[in-house]
This record gives sequence, structure tokens and C-alpha cells, in this order.
Amino acid sequence: MRRPKPEPVQVVKERRDRALAALVRGVPYIQFLGVSFDRRGDELTAVLPFDEKLIGNPLLPALHGGATAAFLEVTALIELAWSLLWEQMESGALDPAQLTPETMPRLPKTIDFTVDYLRSGLPRDAYARARVNRSGRRYASVHVEAWQDNRGRPIAQATGHFLMPARE
Amino acid sequence: MTPDKTKIARQFIEALPHARALGLRLVAIGEGMAEIAMPWDPKLVGDPVTGVIAGGAVSALMDTCGGAAVLSHPVAPGGTATLDLRIDYMRPATPGQGILARAEVYHMTRSVAFVRATATDDDPARPVATATGAFTVEGIR
Repeated sequence: MRRPKPEPVQVVKERRDRALAALVRGVPYIQFLGVSFDRRGDELTAVLPFDEKLIGNPLLPALHGGATAAFLEVTALIELAWSLLWEQMESGALDPAQLTPETMPRLPKTIDFTVDYLRSGLPRDAYARARVNRSGRRYASVHVEAWQDNRGRPIAQATGHFLMPARE
Repeated sequence: MTPDKTKIARQFIEALPHARALGLRLVAIGEGMAEIAMPWDPKLVGDPVTGVIAGGAVSALMDTCGGAAVLSHPVAPGGTATLDLRIDYMRPATPGQGILARAEVYHMTRSVAFVRATATDDDPARPVATATGAFTVEGIR
């Protein structure tokens, strides 16, 4: 038996990028913060470019703890939504070409979110990666970590629980 | 807090760039308690289908309010930073309504302030979210 010919790499990439863009573009608050997502295969890295409006204490100056928390939460939420979307997309159940913010599968809802502040955020770009530790039918637990210049010196980490969207 | 001190606190908090970006307004402050309002704004929506405000925006509001409560405490800390903050989202905020956070310092040591906070929309009987946090206390020793 012969294996089917693999799809051209460009087609695969474009499909995945389109799905991710539709997911992220639909959330006004992500646009407000200015967060974007880098994709390598299914792995996402969230990027928060520095902006004056993210400053909490202008005297230090340091990133606002609230902005850091929001960045972590957005990263955790998108990672979880992306892992659900990925499954549906790769199995062919969902066609990213037909995907708009309106037809996008529903987002999970945050149940609780606990932020652990490790270092003060400097006035420069921040990055974050989330890991879905458990993804059940109804609940999920996601851990997320943010850093700036040095991956080994995180500025904050968080764990959140999420209520999964009802499946049709 | 005297009207003068309240005015200074209001100017200070409302001048923080991220607080300005969120449109935060100080409603009341004094003796380890603070109330801050976040008006409804479509740019803060987290779920485009329901129009519900993003959890992150509520976190930012709770964090600011907690910090303000610590700074207003009678021991007069010179500064504060959040050590940890846990938020429980009890229900989605009603689209179109602003959110009011109220935070209080329920225990103070020389180095740590323990804070509780509640966020409500136009229905104060059913909170949107509650939070507990630990904040550093600086400039006392």
C-alpha cells in the first residue's frame, strides 16, 4: 500500500496560520494589549511588545502587574483554544478557510486564575508560553510563564482553570 | 482619608499609564480600602460572541485596586508590589455595564499586606469576581 502524497508545506502552513489569525483577531482585548502569537508547529509563543500604556509605576518604570496578569491570562486562554482548534483542524472536522471570528468555535471561560509575580517587569518586550496540563471534557488546567530578556529568569507565572466550551 | 489626601491619591492612580489606558477612576479610598471603577469599553471585550469583558481586564482592575488599598493603609507604606493574586470568576460581567472593584487590606504586617477584593457590575448583590492577594510593603522598616 502506498501512503498518500503529503500536502505541500506551504498549504499546511497557510492553513494553520489562517486558523490562528482568525482565533486571535476575534478578541478585541488581545488587540488592545497588542499581543501577537508566534507559531512553530503547534507550539505558540505570545509576544507583548513594550508600549507606554502598559506601565504601572512611571517612576521605576515597571510594567503594570495587571498588564502582566492580563498577558498571562490571554496566553493561557489562546493556548487552550488553539489546542482544541488544532485537533479539529488536523482531523479535517473544521476548514480554516471558512473560519471567521463569527464561526470560530466558542472560547473556554476562565474559572480562576492565580498569578505569581517573580520579578518586576521591565519596560521592554515580554514573551509567554503556556502548557495545558490537563484538558478534560468539561475542565482544563493551564500553566503559563512569562519572561523578558532571559528565558531562565521568568517575571511571572500563573495557573488557571477553565470551563470548556460545550461541544456540539 | 481627608479630601486632600483622597485627591492626591486619585491623581496618582489615574496618572498610571496602564490605569489610564483602562479608563480607571478612583471612587473612594482610605484606611486600607479602595474602590475603583472601570467603565464599559468595547476594546476590553474578551469573548467576541457574548461581548463579555476579558478576564485580564478584570485582573488588572483588581490588581490596581489592591495596590491602592495597601498604599492607603494607616501604616503608610512607601510603595507596594503584588506578590500573588488569585481571581475567581463567579459569573460573566453583563455586556455594556462598567465594573466596580472594592479592595480591603484585612491583615497587615511590616512586610506583607493581605488583601481581599470584590468586583461587581450594576447588580451589586451578585459579584462578577472575587480576589485575594499578597502585596509587598515597602519603606516602613
